[in-house]
Amino acid sequence: MAVSRLGIFARNSIYPPSSLLQCLSPSSQQRSISIATQLCVPVQAPVAKPERRYPVTLIPGDGVGPELMHQVRRVFDSCGVPVDFEELYLSEVGYSRSNSLEEVSDSIKKNGICLKGALTSGSEGQEGELATLNTKLRRKIDSFASCALVKSMEGLKTRHTNIDFVIIRETTEGEYSAIEYETVPGIVECLKIVTRVNSTRIAKFAFDYAVRNNRKKVTAIHKANIMKLSDGLFLECCTQVSELYPRIKFSNMIIDNACMQLVNNPNQFDVMVMPNLYGNIIDNLAAGLVGGAGVVPGESYSHDAVIFEPGARHSYAEAVGKNIANPTGMLLTACNMLRHLNLDYHATIIEEAIIKVIKAGKVRTKDLGGHAKTTDFTTAVIKSITF
Amino acid sequence: MFRALQRTSGLVGKSFSFQARELASQAAQAATENGPRTVTLIPGDGIGPEISASVQEIFRAAGVPIQWEVVDVTPVKGPDGKIGIPQAAIDSVVKHKIGLKGPLATPVGKGHRSLNLAIRKAFDLYANVRPCRSLEGFKTAYDDVDVVTIRENTEGEYSGIEHVIVDGVVQSIKLITFEASRRIAEFAFEYAKANGRSRVTAVHKANIMRMSDGLFLKCCRDVAELHPEIKFNEMYLDTVCLNMVQDPHKFDVLCMPNLYGDILSDLCAGLVGGLGVTPSGNIGFGGAAVFESVHGTAPDIAGQDKANPTALLLSSVMMLRHLNMRNFADRIEQACYDTIREGKHLTGDLGGKAKCSEFTQDICEKVQRISDKQK
Repeated sequence: MAVSRLGIFARNSIYPPSSLLQCLSPSSQQRSISIATQLCVPVQAPVAKPERRYPVTLIPGDGVGPELMHQVRRVFDSCGVPVDFEELYLSEVGYSRSNSLEEVSDSIKKNGICLKGALTSGSEGQEGELATLNTKLRRKIDSFASCALVKSMEGLKTRHTNIDFVIIRETTEGEYSAIEYETVPGIVECLKIVTRVNSTRIAKFAFDYAVRNNRKKVTAIHKANIMKLSDGLFLECCTQVSELYPRIKFSNMIIDNACMQLVNNPNQFDVMVMPNLYGNIIDNLAAGLVGGAGVVPGESYSHDAVIFEPGARHSYAEAVGKNIANPTGMLLTACNMLRHLNLDYHATIIEEAIIKVIKAGKVRTKDLGGHAKTTDFTTAVIKSITF
Repeated sequence: MFRALQRTSGLVGKSFSFQARELASQAAQAATENGPRTVTLIPGDGIGPEISASVQEIFRAAGVPIQWEVVDVTPVKGPDGKIGIPQAAIDSVVKHKIGLKGPLATPVGKGHRSLNLAIRKAFDLYANVRPCRSLEGFKTAYDDVDVVTIRENTEGEYSGIEHVIVDGVVQSIKLITFEASRRIAEFAFEYAKANGRSRVTAVHKANIMRMSDGLFLKCCRDVAELHPEIKFNEMYLDTVCLNMVQDPHKFDVLCMPNLYGDILSDLCAGLVGGLGVTPSGNIGFGGAAVFESVHGTAPDIAGQDKANPTALLLSSVMMLRHLNMRNFADRIEQACYDTIREGKHLTGDLGGKAKCSEFTQDICEKVQRISDKQK
């Protein structure tokens, strides 16, 4: 590849050949390509041998997670995506086979990127453990912002159309503090923790996200009329941060009203930012609006690592082994992961194939009203990929 | 139609403790024997006075033997220096045990306790019941919704216990007690039985809040054991939200802690067209109950004769059923449904152009016609 580029480059180059060689030292390779792109025909598809391969941590998850991950691998293999998965099994329900949290978090920190299926959290923790494995993992790598990308897809039968918004959820504190105690028998207290540091951080993340993705409006979701101090603090932080972004509109909405608005007029939303539990609720509600938990991609950010996971996290344990789960959400999530790795070409061809299959509506899984198997859907996607 | 009426029929019967039932039926008897029954009316703020007047007018047209005692709940400074609802208002509801309440304004983030919360606590109204039914003639994205949300109303996330630990770190306590959880679970099953419903779903998040929601869930399971004739299942809050917007017909009676109830009841109201058309009742011990419209005060249209009184009217219908005045309740409810189905005199929020007074007038005429027919 370098050679072919060099050829083109040399023909159009105004630089002497010696400077070209300097350009091609590994550190400046990226720059030389961008110069090449500017000077000649835009390079769209990478040629046969990509420059490097990318290691990605893979957590298959519980329920249908492993099946869905297999679909991702099939699609990736079919179009030669230069990604090497480092698969680590992490589970709370299958704890005897699970890798330790340290191994997993080390891998994620090392790779900086992870593809993850949904983890089941039971109502009873191991030995009275209150925090779920999900929560522990997020805390361990300080994954503080979770995004669900809610977008209507053509070809899905839904009650609302043209929905396109992003739900940004704080995922380190709030109701998920896992601090609970029984004061006296029959009286249980559960603490919801809200801090200024984390509220400001998530607010800033939301506004930065809006700027970066050309979004116009950020809506903070809260219940500050009842929880005046805790949600009040969250709202105050959002309001303060909003003043730094005069070009992004800012509004706020009470959580119950937001839910009502979502089922009546979901098109009014753009970017929504909210504390932990409300995020869980709205993620799922919004997924329901655009076709269910099986079609919504998502991602979770810390400062130095990104976990790509479905937007509405349902492990769908009742479907294990039946080959009926819808892989759309997981595949779209994987596409977003490729974009994050700057593998835009692969991301785009896979995404276009998924959109094509959904739009045609011939291969539909059970949740979309069809009878196709998970594997049928993936096969259809693979067949629709145009290079 | 009859079945439908029976299903929505309010909160009478075994829906709360037997003692309460006794009191309610005594009250109803008293009403018929000793002349009209007195009910406290709290018109509320914003559009409250208009829609209260509308309900009063319809009750007059239907000849309901109810006398209103109108009280003001504007907060005053009590003898202890704290700001709260006036004693006279509390006394009135305590005396009459039944209240009908318009919307009250709650300023956001102002430090003092929400008035709504104060009223609920003062009267120990532990159960909030919100039947959500699709209205014929008012088209929304969802048809045939028929869900009742039953929400624990005294504790949970809305316990009102919050502290600033250090600057920038706040803790808010969600309080779940055995007593309150058990009480709401019992109420839910009794309600289901009394209203011909077949299933109670406990909505929880015990996978995250393992002790607190775990306790709530345990109480629901225990009570379910005592009511084998009603089907029981448990669902995570997020799953309920997901399924509710996809397929609301799956659900029947939902029983849950405070915050979840708040969110889901509004979500369900959204499915059928918003808070402007959904009634609400708060039930406490000893037959005490406050029925209210839960929509906002809509200060932008206050005093312009544009408000929609449906929510308060349907709440008053729940109240009549609570007082065992089923006949009046059925007539008014039918008149209201008919008016909306015909769609000639709808208020702005329902997609019409009529004024509140025209809408009210239409219902009054229909009530009278139905009453005449029945005579």
